[in-house]
Amino acid sequence: MIYKHDVLVVGAGLAGMRAAIEAHNQGVDVAIVSKVYPVRSHSNAAQGGINAALGEGDTWESHGYDTVKGSDYLGDQDAIEILAREAPAAVLELEHWGVNFSRDETGHLGTRNFGGASQARTFFVADITGQALLQVMFEQLVRVGVRMYNEWFVTRLIESEGVVRGIVGMDIRSGQLHAIQANAVVLATGGMGRVFEPSTNALINTGDGMAIAYRAGARLMDMEMMQYHPTTLKGSGALLTEGARGEGAYLLNSEGDRFMKKYAPNKLELASRDVVSRAEQTEINEGRGIENCVLLDCRHLGKDLIMRKLGQIHELALELAGVDIVQEPVPVRPGFHYPMGGIKTDVDGKTTLDGLYAAGECACVSIHGGNRLGANSLLDTVIFGRRAGAAASEHSRALPSPADSFPLGETALQQETERIRALLDRPSVGELAAKVRWDMGVNMVKHCGVFREAGGLTEMGDLLHSLQDRATRVHVGDKGRVFNTNLTSVLELQFMLDLAVAVQVTALTRTESRGAHTRTDYPERDDEHWLKHIQLQYRPEGPEIHFTPVTMTRWEPQVRSY
Amino acid sequence: MDVQLKVRRQNPEAEGEPYWKEYALAVPNHFTLLDALIQVREEVDETLSLRCSCRSHICGSCGMRVNGHANLACKTKLSDLHTDTVTVEPMGNMPVIKDLVVDLEPFWKKLYSIDPYLQPAGEVPEREYVVPADSMLHLDGVVNCIMCGACVSDCESLSVNPIFIGPTAFAKEYRFVMDPRDAADTQRLMQMNGPGGVWDCTHCFKCVEVCPKDVAPMDRIMAMRKMLVDDGVAEKHNGARRQKAFTDIVGHYGRLDETRYLMKSVTMLELAGYAKVGLRSMTHGKLPPLLPHRIPDAARIRRIFERTRSTYRRRFKLHQQAQEGSRV
Repeated sequence: MIYKHDVLVVGAGLAGMRAAIEAHNQGVDVAIVSKVYPVRSHSNAAQGGINAALGEGDTWESHGYDTVKGSDYLGDQDAIEILAREAPAAVLELEHWGVNFSRDETGHLGTRNFGGASQARTFFVADITGQALLQVMFEQLVRVGVRMYNEWFVTRLIESEGVVRGIVGMDIRSGQLHAIQANAVVLATGGMGRVFEPSTNALINTGDGMAIAYRAGARLMDMEMMQYHPTTLKGSGALLTEGARGEGAYLLNSEGDRFMKKYAPNKLELASRDVVSRAEQTEINEGRGIENCVLLDCRHLGKDLIMRKLGQIHELALELAGVDIVQEPVPVRPGFHYPMGGIKTDVDGKTTLDGLYAAGECACVSIHGGNRLGANSLLDTVIFGRRAGAAASEHSRALPSPADSFPLGETALQQETERIRALLDRPSVGELAAKVRWDMGVNMVKHCGVFREAGGLTEMGDLLHSLQDRATRVHVGDKGRVFNTNLTSVLELQFMLDLAVAVQVTALTRTESRGAHTRTDYPERDDEHWLKHIQLQYRPEGPEIHFTPVTMTRWEPQVRSY
Repeated sequence: MDVQLKVRRQNPEAEGEPYWKEYALAVPNHFTLLDALIQVREEVDETLSLRCSCRSHICGSCGMRVNGHANLACKTKLSDLHTDTVTVEPMGNMPVIKDLVVDLEPFWKKLYSIDPYLQPAGEVPEREYVVPADSMLHLDGVVNCIMCGACVSDCESLSVNPIFIGPTAFAKEYRFVMDPRDAADTQRLMQMNGPGGVWDCTHCFKCVEVCPKDVAPMDRIMAMRKMLVDDGVAEKHNGARRQKAFTDIVGHYGRLDETRYLMKSVTMLELAGYAKVGLRSMTHGKLPPLLPHRIPDAARIRRIFERTRSTYRRRFKLHQQAQEGSRV
């Protein structure tokens, strides 16, 4: 089948749904396609909150500055200004739509402290903020009545000579491939955590949108900037919110010492994430860890506060690690969490391809630069999701509707049908997709982790070559069409390998330490040479590297200390 | 540890009947059922289909029946099950697509049927709605619902009454009814008083038992029934009348008097509809006595009822005060 819409949004997390709602409000025919049902999207895993300078005495400039500083001056300041200025209205809109944000005693919105912020400006719903937002966004999507293609796996973009006019996707339930032609496509497919092992991310976070955009010719940017979250659970690697530290929890080493006083004497546990993760890893590397972990101590917060505001992490620690955080400290370590990098866009979500837009975690505006502040990601999704939805609608309105004159849908659909058939026809012996992914993931954490150096990164480059070779021999054991998750896992593996190469190449290229990118062989920040972004263009022989300057408006780079 | 998974499988393409397939695995002690199923899918049998994503009880994808009861696979620790063989089946009350994957479309349709979005009245304020802190905190318990479908899977009422709107949708409904910002209470209460509404719940507690997020849908349903009675919406509803008639009669006579029960719980018009049943009962000697059996010492029963009522009233009053705060 070939379907047609003015605007097609890929991904139904917060950014995608916000984009779709905006496009609907702009009066265009919009549809949303998602690999999972919208409420299963990974936005629901965001625990801590959403930032906005809404409180008395707080200013957007202060929020902007904190974000710029958090980004280690790699964030583009024009985009950060938009983020900070639009934040209050975005949070109020969510409140008006029904998010049950925590209140203070007077019934007004209450805030909590969060890392890297000079004021308590994080609005929250217990420690299920992302889930509360995702539910409400879905409710609004249902209210306005956007057409949903749920459980569809998008395999590629319909693209020709730099112009994008739709997607080819597989209805997972039937296994049938279809094309959806559209004047504009908004990618909002979220993160790529599965490139790393372990990670806090869900199994669906395989970077699909980034990879199909990259293959279609859109540029990726800041791919060396990968965030390791300071408090992921020992063993499972599950996320324990920064909100715990926001509420006052301590980090302790094996000597019972609050070691953050050494690394960030003012902000202590609430320094930005790159700083805290580096400190933890240093403690562990220097022998003051406990089985490759440090301890997160919540005991002094008291049972009442823990159950009221940190109920979910109480449950997770108990169920997954057998630790009752009311009674004892819980072992945590830095774990892969979030890519600051992604598909390069302008402040309206426009990518380097005509008709292609991106928003949320898969995009790189860049507002997060070298390091994202906690509670800025939910904000990113709603603000830039809305902007991308608006820009895509405007783009569509200027074109004859909907992409009738574009004959490529048929061709792309045919090509993809052939490609998938060939995959299914592979012999039932050969490499296991899961094994190749695992080897990629553990080595990415090893060589592209909190600390990096040329030797390891080069080794990773060679390893990725051999993994790509192995991937061509991965077999699909399930020959059926209905709900064939074996097939989708093989397609995802191909996406992830492209992205792993992008991370490795950019990490090797940036010969300085900035934000989440710490090179032990280049330990200093080098503003003279590296106040610039690295962009990648896909070429079959390997990524083509480009450099672009960082946009500065009002904040000059300074020494960064917390 | 060693574990034997006995998985209910079904492949629509092979047009075969459902069958059981067993997998013997050696897994680490901390493994969840989901970890084990992923191991099967990745290393043993790639044809096994299931939904899963977050691995930390937040996305709601991996609902399935484990040893006969719905749960999230990622929340089921194998070492806690204490059975040699773990039986794994797709969720109930929903058609199977393949293996452990069920068709959720009817599930979502029921959710959409309750208008699941905030419907405020009046001007949108410039800033936030000012509401009691407790009212928002109270909603956390329901907002916790991840729509995994476990409650719907095991709902006894749904298994015989497909039009029942069901525990998930009603938990969602409660979230709006209890939200001081929502102004559609009247329509919402009218709807849940109708066919498939809250009176169709059979009070079996299954949804409360299986909910992996402690949302307690049945408690929400009962709270809404109470609202229906208190707000007078339920007066015309059989369910509410029956409930009242039952307690009044048992509370007074000490046992149920079926004749009186019928008279008190249906309208005169409806009573006519029972004429045929009545006649047949009479000719077969099954008609309940027109005068109730008296039990000795019915006064004691009345005292028990009185005491229970006053305790309940006291408790309900406290409960109501807590909620008044939130309903403004």
